[in-house]
Parts: sequence; structure tokens; C-alpha cells
Amino acid sequence: MTLLSELAPGSQAFVTDVQARTASDPVAVRLRDLGFVPGEPVKLVAYGPFGADPMLVQVGFTRFALRRSEAERVRVSSEEPSHV
Amino acid sequence: MSEATLAVLPRSIALVGNPNCGKTALFNQLTGSRQKVANYAGVTVERKEGRLVLPSGRKLRVLDLPGAYSLNATSPDEAVTRDVCLGQHPEETQPDLLLCVADATNLRLHLRFVLELKRLGRPMVLALNMVDAAKRRGIRIDREKLEQALGFPVVETVAVRRRGAADLISALDEHALTMPAVPPASAEQDLHAETRRLIASAVSMPQPTSPMDEAIDRWVLHPVWGLAILAATMLLVFQAVYAWAGPFQDAIETSLGWAGTQLAAHMPDGLLRSLLVEGVIAGTGGVLVFLPQILILFFFILVLEESGYLPRAAFLLDRFMVSTGLSGRAFIPLLSSFACAVPGIMATRSIPDPRDRLLTILVAPLMTCSARLPVYALLIGAFIPDQRVFGLFNLQGLTLFALYAAGIVSAMLVALVARRFGRRAGEQALLLEIPAWRIPNPRDVALGLRERGAIFLRRVGTIILALSVLLWFLSSFPTPPADWTRPAIEYSFAGHIGRAMEVLFAPIGFNWQICVALIPGLAAREVAVSGLAAVYAVSAGEAGVEHALATALGSQWSLATALSLLAWYVFAPQCLATLAVIRRETGSLKATLGATALLTGMAYAVALIVYRLTGLLT
Repeated sequence: MTLLSELAPGSQAFVTDVQARTASDPVAVRLRDLGFVPGEPVKLVAYGPFGADPMLVQVGFTRFALRRSEAERVRVSSEEPSHV
Repeated sequence: MSEATLAVLPRSIALVGNPNCGKTALFNQLTGSRQKVANYAGVTVERKEGRLVLPSGRKLRVLDLPGAYSLNATSPDEAVTRDVCLGQHPEETQPDLLLCVADATNLRLHLRFVLELKRLGRPMVLALNMVDAAKRRGIRIDREKLEQALGFPVVETVAVRRRGAADLISALDEHALTMPAVPPASAEQDLHAETRRLIASAVSMPQPTSPMDEAIDRWVLHPVWGLAILAATMLLVFQAVYAWAGPFQDAIETSLGWAGTQLAAHMPDGLLRSLLVEGVIAGTGGVLVFLPQILILFFFILVLEESGYLPRAAFLLDRFMVSTGLSGRAFIPLLSSFACAVPGIMATRSIPDPRDRLLTILVAPLMTCSARLPVYALLIGAFIPDQRVFGLFNLQGLTLFALYAAGIVSAMLVALVARRFGRRAGEQALLLEIPAWRIPNPRDVALGLRERGAIFLRRVGTIILALSVLLWFLSSFPTPPADWTRPAIEYSFAGHIGRAMEVLFAPIGFNWQICVALIPGLAAREVAVSGLAAVYAVSAGEAGVEHALATALGSQWSLATALSLLAWYVFAPQCLATLAVIRRETGSLKATLGATALLTGMAYAVALIVYRLTGLLT
């Protein structure tokens, strides 16, 4: 189990879950709305120029700029889940 | 699936969809120039309404709702969209029909929101927008299958092409309202599962993103090249604003000068002529001259926005902006503030975090707006020698650069201090979509430009006209006594007010004439120039033109006074329109007064330091 923020550039993985930091973590809720849901393929595309932050992440057909702290909420696995 | 078809046809529709789905382009296509742009009370999210006349002659009210990713709102914009869709908005009746707009190349994200909206059980139509781009990328969408699965009409549109909404218009004309069956409420997870099922059955997509976009982004988002491209773009924009606007500004000045001369030649000397020539034409003309610059800057901002470059710039600069206490998203509003803080502050609505937004609003007036330019240009022309330094730079140009840099650096300092001492109110999110590259549509750019030009002209026609007349009145009355010896303006109201203010401003080197000019400068900073022109032209008894004014100032002010006034102008929040928009956008009188006090305090302190230092050195 790795975090999305730990992926190597260009590597592909699948979302396992999004961890909420508080009971009603708005960032976690929004991440799920945007498509970070179990089984969804994600790819780390690029880093920002300063301190490799933010990160450019592809989920589904869409690319998002996520700060490290946001990407750390998403747990990923390199293996495609069998049941989706 | 059980459906209830109502006999009635819709009379009002609302466009709803994700950001970057081409919703506003479709709105422009449907309503053309029949648009009304206003604000929702309190939250001041932009409200766009237009009218669509269908081929049958039926008229539709069309509302363009702010883009939203979800009904689970995280910003004031999204809250408006949620409330209107739910029929809970206090100012808006529930639309008869929700016209969902989805980017055909981005269905995995956009269909989820469509399915979320479907749960509301309202009549709906789905517009699959940008089908042309989807076809080019080899994406095949089975429209009929999608329509069957969704249970409401699905039409294809190309919002940026002429007649690209023909199918949509005939669908709106023919279909009676259909109430789709409300599916039982289910968890968020199920929305995603349903979206995936829909896509698996009706959409075939060779690649998740466009190879062309990836190639462009490899350069544009590159850590080194990306920043170089960003710097080059900024340079081009500012070069264009200052160089291309020149001929247009000259033309405006020439024609206003001609109008003034004609009036002077054909009207008897008297109060009315004085009012028209020295009050109306000189006052509003001095501001109208900025229209070309404002339009050129907004042209670039609109093009960068429409093409998808602005979010990429935010991506590149986010970390840097965070280190100064701001967010990458603040880049767009702050860039706009170089034209004018009013649209800049309005653009902060795209910052969902309230604390980030407030801080951006606070520092936006420190960006050098184009209204400061005439003041800078006048004083630099009069006091800074036109000479080369280090054989490469022009001293006047360097001074202008220093004034811009002073604004930016102080904005960073304010943000840093605010972050150091302010309460950390939770974590701020970026979560910024990097949309596909797009060629900006001329019609959408033209409509956006017209809207902004109209806002500016309305300001010239109302506030600035009124203040020009008021200033003329203040500096013309009361008329001097029969045995007057000193310049006429010294006897006027303006002279008295200026003298009263001088006590306060003498420590920073301002004479009473400057104090007089600062008063109308409250309406718009640039009016201070015409204010100075009026004050000096009246007292010198000659028609004030910029060169004559520069000469007059050069002979009457010390260098310390000129530099002090320049420093004052970098910081002082002396623009009522900016203060009004801060009040409106923050909804807080306390925040507005706080911002005013902070900026005025900074202006006074820096002007004092500059005045004393220059006094010591010269």
C-alpha cells in the first residue's frame, strides 16, 4: 500500500481509498467527488517546479493539480482490483 | 422506468455543468448578445441571464449557473448552483428545465455530476458539448444508448461553431417537460459505479487524454521551460498593454482635444463653457484614455483563460505563492489587478478557501493598476531624467519597474505577516483541474471584452463624470473677490479644503495642491492627474495639457515631494470603487475598514520614509 504522493512520475496505480483527516474532511469529500474512488486508475504526470509540489495527477480522463498534503490522503495500489 | 410527461413546455432553463465544460460558450451561442450580467446579493456570485427565442417564436429565459463539480458545495459559486437546482435559492425561482452541459472528452468526471443532478428528479436535457473535439480524438459516444440509459434527451453540441447548438434548440422547442423517475438515494460510491457502467456501455475512448495536450504540457509545465514560457507570456502581455495601446490613446486624446477646442471656439466664454471644457472633457477624458489599455489587458486575460493557460500558470506558481502565504489560484486575480483591482477582486471568487480569498483581496490593490500609470507617467516624466544607466537601461523605465516591484514585494510581505500572525484556519485546498487546451473562440472573447469595456465606460459616464463636475465646482467657486491678487483657486472651496488637509500631509511633503487633487483621486486614481491639471491650470490661467503640467510641477515641487507622492500611490487605497468591491465581496465592513487602515498606514509610513531620505540625500 502506497500513497499517491509517493508514486514515481509516469507510473500508474489504482486508488484503494481516500482517508479523511477529520470527521468531515472537505478535502477528502471533494477528492471522492472528483473521481478518487476505489479502483479508479491514477497516474502521476508531473511535478511543480518548486519542491516538486504541487503534483499533476491524472484520474479518469481528467488532470488535477494536487498539493502534496492532498495527494497524501489518497492510498493507491499497483494492482488492479478484481471487483469493480 | 416510469416517467410523467407534462403538457407544458419549459419557459426557463438553467445551464449547469462542471467547470471547463464549455457552458458559458454554449450560453453565448444560445443567447448571443441578449445577456444581463449582475450579481447575487450578499455572496456576489456572478449571475448571467439571457433570452433565447426559439424557431417557434417561444421565448426562453436562460440562466448560466456557476460551474460546479458536485452539489456538495465547497465555494460560494457552487452553493448558488446547488441552491438554484434544489429550488432553495431566495432570489431565483426553480428553473423549469436543467440543461446539463458535459464535455464529451471528459465524460468520466462530468457524467457523475449529471447523475447526481438526475437524482433531483427535475426535467433535464443533456448537451454533449465539444463532440467535434471528441471525434477528432477518436472518442465514440453512442448518443441513443446514453439517452436510453439516462431517461432524458441527449443532444450533441459544438458551442464554438456557428449553428453548433441547432439540435439543442430544436430539442428545446419540441420536447415537453419530462419528469424523470427519481432513483433511490444511494451512496457516493454508487454514482461513480453508475458513471463507469454508462461509459463502459456507451463510450469508446482510445486514450484518456489527447496526445497533443500531453506534448504541449511537457513544455508548458516543465520546471524550467514552463517558467520561462510563463515569464515570456507575462512580458508579451505587458509589452502589448503599454506599446499597442499607444496609437489608440493618442487618437482618443487628439479627438478629445479637438472637441475641447471646437467648444472653446464656438461657445461664448462663460460658466457653461468652463464646465464643459475644464470639467467634463478634461475630467472624463483623462480616464477614457485608459480604455485601450484595459481592453488589451482583458483581451489577453480572456485568451489565456479560454485557452486553459491560467490554471497551468497557477500550477507552476502554487508552491511559490504558498511560500508567500497565498495560493496558486491567487495568481489569476492578482494578474487581473494589474489592469484594475475591481475585476481582480471579483476574480477571487474562484478561490474556495475563505482565508486565502480574504488575503488575496487585501493585497490585490497593491498590484499596480493601470489607473496609477498616468500619475506615475506624469511624475516620472517631470522628475526623473531621461538617461541611460549601465548603458542598457533607461532610468525612467527602471523607476517604473521599481514602482511595480514595490507593489508586488509589499504584497508578499503583507501576506507573509498575515500568515505568521493570523490564525491558521484549517488547511487550504488546491485541487485544481488542469483542463484540455482549447483554441479561444473569438465570439466568447469579444463578448467578455464587451462586458468589461461596458463596466469601465459606465464608471466613466457616472462616478467619474460626477466627480469631475464636482471638482470643477469646488475649484471654480466661490469666485475670487474684486480685488484679488493671488491665483483664483486659492479663494475657492478646493483651496480651503486643500489647506485644511495640508496640516496632515505636510510631514510627507504634500502641498495643498496635491491635497486638493487627492480628493477627486478617490473616485479613480487617474483623476488625480486631471485634478492636478485643474488646480495648476486654473492657478496658472492656461489650458492644462500634460507637458505644461509636467513643466509646472517640475518647477514647483521638490524631488522629495514627487518621490513621496509616487510612494503614496503604490500603497494608498484611494479608489472608492475598490473599497466598494472589497465591501461587497467580503460582506464585512470590518474587513473593508481594516484593509483601508492598513493600506493607508503603509502609504503614509513609506511616503514619510521616502520624503525624509530624499530630503537628506538631495
